[in-house]
Amino acid sequence: MDTNHVKTGEAEPRKYVISRRLDRLFMEMNDVFRFIVRFFREVFVPPYEFKEIVKQCYEVGVQSLPLISLTGFITGIVFTNQSRPSLSEFGAVSWLPALIAIAIVRALAPLVTALIAAGRVGSNMGAELGSMKVTEQIDAMEVSATNPYKFLVVSRVLATTFMIPTLTLYTMFVALMGAFINVNTNEQTSFVSYIEQVFSAITFLDVFASVIKAFVFGFTIGMVGCYKGYNSSKGTEGVGKAANASVVTSMFLVFIEELLSLQIVNAIRSM
Amino acid sequence: MEDKKSNHINRQEAIISIRGLYKSFGDLHVLRDVDLDVYKGENLVVLGRSGTGKSVLIKIIAGLLKPDAGIVTVLGQDVAQLSTKELDQLRLKVGFSFQNSALYDSMTIRENLEFPLVRNVRNLSRQEIDRAVEEALEDVGLGQTINQMPSELSGGQRKRIGIARTLILKPEIMLYDEPTAGLDPITSIDINNLINEVQEKHHSTSIVITHDLTCAKMVGNRIAMLLDGRFERQGTFEEVFESDDERVQAFYNYNFVT
Repeated sequence: MDTNHVKTGEAEPRKYVISRRLDRLFMEMNDVFRFIVRFFREVFVPPYEFKEIVKQCYEVGVQSLPLISLTGFITGIVFTNQSRPSLSEFGAVSWLPALIAIAIVRALAPLVTALIAAGRVGSNMGAELGSMKVTEQIDAMEVSATNPYKFLVVSRVLATTFMIPTLTLYTMFVALMGAFINVNTNEQTSFVSYIEQVFSAITFLDVFASVIKAFVFGFTIGMVGCYKGYNSSKGTEGVGKAANASVVTSMFLVFIEELLSLQIVNAIRSM
Repeated sequence: MEDKKSNHINRQEAIISIRGLYKSFGDLHVLRDVDLDVYKGENLVVLGRSGTGKSVLIKIIAGLLKPDAGIVTVLGQDVAQLSTKELDQLRLKVGFSFQNSALYDSMTIRENLEFPLVRNVRNLSRQEIDRAVEEALEDVGLGQTINQMPSELSGGQRKRIGIARTLILKPEIMLYDEPTAGLDPITSIDINNLINEVQEKHHSTSIVITHDLTCAKMVGNRIAMLLDGRFERQGTFEEVFESDDERVQAFYNYNFVT
């Protein structure tokens, strides 16, 4: 290593390949890539942190249930109510359960679940890991001969990757129940008739595609939250920025992924 | 000062050896051509102003930072050349007490102390783990805090628990980063006494990073003063401060006059 500039005390000349901002962007992209590659390198190698994974699954899954239940239920009611006038103009109110089922299963449930998780879990991960970085708790793990990436990042990313699809299925159920209450109140549709219409409208591909999509959303939210927290700058301001960036970045990526998955599923359908 | 605490010091055996160490952060050159030997059984105090690279030095020794140039040998192993697995093996023999204790704030004190133990010492029974935790807590005089959360403890107690967590693996080397920073004078003296007790009981070798001269005087068998990125002065407390160097005198005067 060339240390001449160090020895002589001269300042090293600044060198940018393109510009400072673009160089930083590419360097960050390189860091993100390495962070993701590290996950796949470490996830299959023992020791496995089962206890921590279960704890994180509880944090992400069980602790999110009240919020997911409420938002899912309200989404079902509101979407049904807002869709009714348009359908009634064409005299097609009887199609309401089918329309709601398709909207909830294909788009609303995975999206609502992912956005709620990005807000609740993503910010929590960004802030928690950021604070651990600032208070040297991550360094303390490292000097205790424990791999902090495996203990903190792998366990959290696995938890979001597996819990968000589970929560998505739960949101589908809760939102459909909310929609049923609305339909039953207004059109006096029976439960059996409602369920028949729902299941005749959705296909296995709809549910399967949504669950796969939710896996991707979960991985993204976990990875973004952990990356931002794990690499937060020192100081309390860094912790706040990490929490904020976790939410904003993961929500943005969730919408991009939603758009991409829509194209892919449509292509599969048209085959 | 040396006579009371130097029974276990072996001046022939350097446990930590540093040669030609450089470290910079961007344009800021923190360590410049640092040479240092730390002998078996001694408490070496590294003195220096804030931002002079004292903490950087022990983080390089613990393998948390990589040097730009130079060789750092700990227990006969070149830290920069070790694989991750070898570095982890070395870290089991090196305890690191952080400036802000770095206790895991989502865990109880018991879980904090168990953390390094259950991960690195396999096949321990529940009773053996409990006994090790209780013993480490008794060493620092805080057995009653076992089920408390770190946020419920005072600054001095947190420092003690941080030291207990490092002691649980019975390390050969202890690295203390500003052990008395932010503590009142009485608690600082308690911590200094604890550092001496650890040396006496475990015959460990220690590097104590501080800018507190009372701490340096109480715990140091030898003082090394970091000035402008180099160890300009080394020796006993009296030897270091008998210098006419203005920087050394300013440091002494600030601590004992203001």
